[in-house]
Amino acid sequence: MNDKLSAEAVLEDKELVAKFLKETTLFLGPDPEIMKSHDIMPITDYEAESVKKFTDPHQMASIRDRMQSACDESYEMLEQMGAAPGAKWGDVITGIYSASGDLTIGSAGGVLIFSVLVHHPIKFIIKNWINEPTVGLRQGDGFIHNDSRYGNVHNTDQSMIMPIFHEGELVCWVASTVHEGENGAIEPGGMPSMAESPFDEGLKMSPFRVVENYELKKDLLTFLQNSVREPKLQYEDMKVKLFACMRLEKRIREVLAIDGPQALTACLRSTNDNVMAEVRRRIKEWPDMTVRTYCTMDSTLRENALIKLNCILTKKGDRLIFDLRGSSPEITNRAINTALPGCKGMMSQAFLNHIWPDLPRGQAGFAPIEVVTPPCSIVDGSVNAPNSQSLMSIFLSFTIAQQAAAKFLYSVPVKYTRVVAPWFNMICTYIWGGVSQHGEMLGNLCADLNGMGGGARMDLDGEHALAPIFASMADIGEQEMNEEDVPFLQLVSKKMTRNTQAPGKYRGGMGYTQMVATKDSDQWGFMTTCVGSKVPPLSGLFGGYAPGAYPLCKVTGVDVYEEMLKNPEKFKHSIEETMNERPYEDANYTSHHMGMGFSISKRGELYMISQGSGGGYGDPLERDPALAIKDIEENLTTRDWVRKLYKVEFDDETLIVDEAATKKLRDAYREQRKKQGVPYAEFIKKHVKDVPPKDIPFYGSWNSDLSFVYAGSNDDKRDPNNPGAVYFEHPKDVEIRKLEEELEEVRKASGIEAKDKRT
Amino acid sequence: MKVLMTEYLRIDLDTENWECRVCDHVINSARGNYKEGLLVYNRDPADIHPHVIDPEKYKFTFCPDKDWVNILEYYCPSCGTQIEVENTLPNHEPLYDMEVDVDALKEQWSHREEITEATKGPDVLGEVERHRHRH
Repeated sequence: MNDKLSAEAVLEDKELVAKFLKETTLFLGPDPEIMKSHDIMPITDYEAESVKKFTDPHQMASIRDRMQSACDESYEMLEQMGAAPGAKWGDVITGIYSASGDLTIGSAGGVLIFSVLVHHPIKFIIKNWINEPTVGLRQGDGFIHNDSRYGNVHNTDQSMIMPIFHEGELVCWVASTVHEGENGAIEPGGMPSMAESPFDEGLKMSPFRVVENYELKKDLLTFLQNSVREPKLQYEDMKVKLFACMRLEKRIREVLAIDGPQALTACLRSTNDNVMAEVRRRIKEWPDMTVRTYCTMDSTLRENALIKLNCILTKKGDRLIFDLRGSSPEITNRAINTALPGCKGMMSQAFLNHIWPDLPRGQAGFAPIEVVTPPCSIVDGSVNAPNSQSLMSIFLSFTIAQQAAAKFLYSVPVKYTRVVAPWFNMICTYIWGGVSQHGEMLGNLCADLNGMGGGARMDLDGEHALAPIFASMADIGEQEMNEEDVPFLQLVSKKMTRNTQAPGKYRGGMGYTQMVATKDSDQWGFMTTCVGSKVPPLSGLFGGYAPGAYPLCKVTGVDVYEEMLKNPEKFKHSIEETMNERPYEDANYTSHHMGMGFSISKRGELYMISQGSGGGYGDPLERDPALAIKDIEENLTTRDWVRKLYKVEFDDETLIVDEAATKKLRDAYREQRKKQGVPYAEFIKKHVKDVPPKDIPFYGSWNSDLSFVYAGSNDDKRDPNNPGAVYFEHPKDVEIRKLEEELEEVRKASGIEAKDKRT
Repeated sequence: MKVLMTEYLRIDLDTENWECRVCDHVINSARGNYKEGLLVYNRDPADIHPHVIDPEKYKFTFCPDKDWVNILEYYCPSCGTQIEVENTLPNHEPLYDMEVDVDALKEQWSHREEITEATKGPDVLGEVERHRHRH
C-alpha cells in the first residue's frame, strides 16, 4: 500500500515537473525529434478509418490528379507573379501535406527539395503552436518560415504555410516556397559565404504567423521589410506565396465539396503508404551489395582545404542504408555545413529526379531509405554551425547518392530511367548586390546556376547545361530581361567552354562561359560560391572520367566598355583567349578558386567563370568516332584533344574519319595500357599511405579507418561521435602572417631593421 | 547464368567469378574486390583535362591539381579495356566499391531469366519520335 502511494507520489511529481517545464520553457529551439526524422508520421485513427472506408482506386486517382493539378496551377502563379529572380526561373514549389504534416504531392515543376523539407516546420507548428494559447491555429492563418535549422535548405528560401480546415477540423496543409535571394545577411543575395556563425546569415524565421484571416499582418511585414535589402521584394513575394496557398485551398475545397474530407484524407494517406510500399519493392529488386564512394570539397569558399563526404551504401532485402560516417567534422566558422534535413533532402532529389522520376513527388519516395550520419559533421551540422552555403555539402550529398546508386542500378532488369553518370553539381553563377542603375538596393543572383551539365547516360552523351540537380524542370532565365534591372552585362553567355568536357564513351554534357562586367553603378559587386577549382567534386562512371576543374578568372585595371568603343577587336569571347592573349596591355589577369566573397567591382572589369560538365560514361576508346567529330564541329573539343582522348584519326580539312587508322590507334593504345598499368597489389604497396599528405589540410576519415577523423592536420585527430569545434583562421590573417615571415627573411638577408620593433 | 553488373563487368554465378564483358577474361572471385584482378595506372590529370589557361601564368587553369587529386585508371589485363576510373585523394587507398553478396545474388537471379544486354529503362526519346511521326 505504501509502495503504491509512493509510486503515485513519484508519478505526480514527474507530472508536476513536466508541467512546470512545459509552462516555463524559455526557448523553443529546433526540435531534434522533428528534425532527425524524414519518415511518414504514424497513421492516425481518422486516417485508418478513412483508408478503410474509401478503397476505390479510381476515386483516389481522381483526387490525386486534382491535387497535382492544383499544385501545378499554384506553381505557375508563383513563377509568373513572383518578384524574386528565383521565382522567374522555377526555383519555387508548392505542395499539399497531410493533417500530420507529411508532404504527399509537390508541383511537377520546381525544386522538390523545398517541399520535401517543409514538413519539418509544419510539424513544429503542430507540436508547439496549435495548443499554445498565445498562438493557436485557425482557418485563414499563414505561417512564414526560413530558418534552415527548423527545416528547408538554407535561409534564402522562404515558405508560406497554411492549414486547411473543413467544418472546424484540420484536414491538411498547403505550402509554397520561393528562393527569395535577399534576406539581410552580411553579404547580399541570401547565401553569404562569409558567415562565421548562424547570426551572420540574416533573417532567422522559425515558423510564425504572419497572416490572419487571409491578410498579411502589416506590423510583422514592416519588421521583415526593414530586415532585408529588398523591402519591396519581401512584400510582393509574401503576397504571391499567400495567394498561391489560397489557390491551393480553393482547389482542395472543391475536392472536399465533391468527395468529402474522409476521401481526401484516405487519398493523402494511401498515396504515401503506396509509394513507400513501391519503393521497398523496387529496392528489393536491386542486388544485395555494399557500395563505397566519397566526394571531396576542395574549399571552404574562403580557403582551399580537402573536406571529405564519405558514403557506404548497403542494400539488403528491402532495406537501403546510407552510412555517411567518416565524413568531415562540421567547420564551426565556415558556411558550408548542412543541417541533416538538407543532406537527406538532396539525396531524395537524386532518387525522385534521376532514379524513380515516375513516383509521386512527395516525401514517401525517400521515407523508407535509412540514413546514418555522424553528429556535428559536415552533413549533420549542429545548430551552432552556419549553413548559409550548405549547397556545397548538400550538392555533394546528392552526388554520393547518385554515384553509389548507379552501381546498383546497372544489373536491375526493370529500370525507370537510364543509368546516368553523376550530374555536374555546383552553382557556377554570380551572386550580386548593391545599388542598381535605378537607385534601388538589390541582392540576388543569376539564373545560370540552373545550367548544370548533365551526366552522360548509358547510351547517350550528357545534355549541355541542362538543369540543376535540384530541379528537373527549371530555366536559366532571360539575361536581357535581368539586365533591365541590374547594372551589369553578361558580355559572353551561353557559349560552351571548349575542352572542358568529362570524356568517356559518352561524354558529359558541357557547361558554358559567363563573362560579366559592371556598367552603370559604382556600388555594385559579385560573389561566386563553388568548390571544384582544384579537385572535381564528382566522378565519372564505368570507365568515364570526371570533369576538370573550374576557376574564377578576373581582368582588373581595365574598363572593357571604354576599350570596346576604342578598340573593339581587342575583346575576346572566351576565357581561354582573354587570359592567354592578355589583350589589354595594362590590365591585371588573375585566376582564383571559386569561393569569392562579396567584392565591389569597378566599371568594365571582367569576371569570368564557367559552368561545369557532367561526368563521362564508359571507356573513351569506345566512343563512336562520328560523335567525337561532331564535338569538333560544334567547337566543344579541339582536334588535338579529340585525337589525344579518343584516339580518332581523321582528315584535318574534311574531318572524315579514317576508320582503319582509328582502329589501329585504339588497338595500339589498349596494348599501351597493358604495359603502363601495374597489378593492383603492386600499386597499393607503392601508392597507399597510412596518413594524408602532410601539406594539405584534410578533414574526414582516411582510408577505411572510421574510428577517428582528421581535422586539418595529421596531429589533429577527433572522435567522430564528438568532434568538437573546428575553426579556421581568417584567410587574410594567414596571408599577413605569411607575408610578415617573408618580410622578416628579407630584412635579415638585407640587414634592414624594422622601424618599430615592439610587439 | 551470368549477371551484368556494370558496363564492362559481369558475375558468373556458377563459377562465382568477376569477368570482363569485352573479352570474357576471368578477373577474380566475385566474393572479392574486382579491382584486385585489374591493372592500375595513376594518370596525370593534365592528360585528360587540358590547362585551358597557361599554367606558367596561372594557379587555377581548368586542370585539376595533381597534388590534391589522383586519377586512377583500371584496365582489363587481357584486352586493355578501361573498366573503371577513380578520382582519389593522393595516397588514399582505392575503394572496395562493389562488395557483392554473391549468395543473395544467386538467390535473386534463380527467379529471373538471364539478361545478355543491359536494359535501359523507358524509351522516352523513342516516344517523342513516334509522337512526331504521327503528326
